[in-house]
Amino acid sequence: MAGNSLDFKNSKIKDFCWLGLVAFLALLPLVPAVAADSFRLHVMILILLFASMSQAWNIIGGYCGQVSFGHSVFFGIGAYGAGLAVVTYGGTPWPGIAIGMILAAIVAIIISYPCFKLSGHYFAIATFAIVEIFNRIFLVWDWVGGALGLDYPIIGEGLGNLMWHQSKVGYYYSALVIFIIIFGTVRWLEGHRFGYYMRAVREGQETAESLGVNSSAVKLTAMALSASMAAMCGAFFVQYNLRVDPPMVMSLDMSMKFVLITILGGAGTLLGPLLGASVLIPLQEYTRALWGGLGGGVDLIIFGALIILMVVKQPDGMIGILRDVSKWASTKRSRKEI
Amino acid sequence: MAPLIDPILTVSDLHAGYDGAPVVFGVSLQVMPGELVAIVGANGAGKTTTMRSICGLIHPLKGRILFEGHDISEMPAHEILKLGISYVPEGRRIFGKLSVRKNLYLGAYTEKSHIEVKRRMEELFEIFPVLRARANQVAETLSGGEQQMLAIARGLISKPKLLMLDEMSLGLMPTMVEKMMATITSINRAGATVLLVEQMVQEALEIAHRGYVIQNGKIIQQGSASQLMDSEEVRKAYLGM
Repeated sequence: MAGNSLDFKNSKIKDFCWLGLVAFLALLPLVPAVAADSFRLHVMILILLFASMSQAWNIIGGYCGQVSFGHSVFFGIGAYGAGLAVVTYGGTPWPGIAIGMILAAIVAIIISYPCFKLSGHYFAIATFAIVEIFNRIFLVWDWVGGALGLDYPIIGEGLGNLMWHQSKVGYYYSALVIFIIIFGTVRWLEGHRFGYYMRAVREGQETAESLGVNSSAVKLTAMALSASMAAMCGAFFVQYNLRVDPPMVMSLDMSMKFVLITILGGAGTLLGPLLGASVLIPLQEYTRALWGGLGGGVDLIIFGALIILMVVKQPDGMIGILRDVSKWASTKRSRKEI
Repeated sequence: MAPLIDPILTVSDLHAGYDGAPVVFGVSLQVMPGELVAIVGANGAGKTTTMRSICGLIHPLKGRILFEGHDISEMPAHEILKLGISYVPEGRRIFGKLSVRKNLYLGAYTEKSHIEVKRRMEELFEIFPVLRARANQVAETLSGGEQQMLAIARGLISKPKLLMLDEMSLGLMPTMVEKMMATITSINRAGATVLLVEQMVQEALEIAHRGYVIQNGKIIQQGSASQLMDSEEVRKAYLGM
């Protein structure tokens, strides 16, 4: 019966964690009321955006176990989709966002199909090359603005143009919606058969195949879903910055950020990307605010050290530390009861 | 005696290996419906390679594999499972981070009805009561024997016409091996056709109807289990007598 009582305690702790998460989510819409000054709100917007983007990466990299360093390409496709719709065609970004998401999924399938023939590190290396290829193409492609990129004109603010000039509150709520869509989708996937298939492929592709799982189809579907969500985040990113150029979105730096945030927080877990983004983004933004351009380097040094520490001490990331703490607390409590 | 009907599985002149280098040379075998057939031999003899070829994880370099008359030699693994072959791999290969229940769900990949999957799961919990008790536990926390039970249950949940078990006894203590062999016998008596690969020759031949002895990638002897047990060569080489 001891096992049962321990299970009960664990489930109690789990319930508390879920309660905490629900409370956190419930408080999120109220953030603009307490963080009215635009820098704090700016940090919150970026946390939500990068948590969402890393969660999109987490679908293929964490749950499906295919480490891709090419996600900035999909992020960039979404960004250019919105950018072209507004700058080149003078319309609203919405059709560009939709087209960008679809195009990102198609590109993901086309480039992943041969890459998935490679396994392990070779797949990851191939995705490195893809970022460079797309970066170079976009740098010399006049239709997308080449190296100069696309600069947004000042047009009317509001949801129609997904653009706000007076305050960042509109951006904050838009980022919150993206966050809810992506985290909600992943939460749903976790309990869905497809979520099991992804994790089965990650844990043992051959075994999964011998159970009837079509691993190629699972990986391609996960990649397409992940890419289209990355494109959605990219579109928001360009609307927020009001400009886009290739190094800004289609760079290895950007890809690495998605990967590292997820690994720091806990790959293959729902909360991991949020935890990782909650550490990296404030670190990045506050060091930048403190030391200007130099800040860009300091945050990565600190972040790199954190990653090394994490890989050595707790490879499951921050979520692993939380798990260890909850285990320790439950063991301590059961000892007290004895 | 095997009944006089068509074999469920026919392997003819199978040559298989890795990266073009064969490790199995011209293996031929048959399994009749309802039989329990054992492929026995030492480590590295080519038993697992034969099994992996049958279930489509590797494709034969030469030869043919027929399942219920269909040529499955070049079919991918996930298609072969749909035809009714389930493979329980060597070393169990359960999904350690997933719960017992989720592992079983994965085994039922081809069955889309949740109600049917739940019904089958209940049936399996009757055969393996320990899995019911551990249903929501993460699979890596199970003991070796329990993990093996989970691997077999995961193989059975797809209701296969042919269940292939690879080195079931690996890493298990002798009492657990005995228990597993008894379980396989009862599964076979309940109607499942079983192809078993084992290094523990005596234990496997004790429960099998027929057997094949494989050595250096070739079948060197075949016959009923009792014939093989009585064979001087098998007794000397594998049974230490």
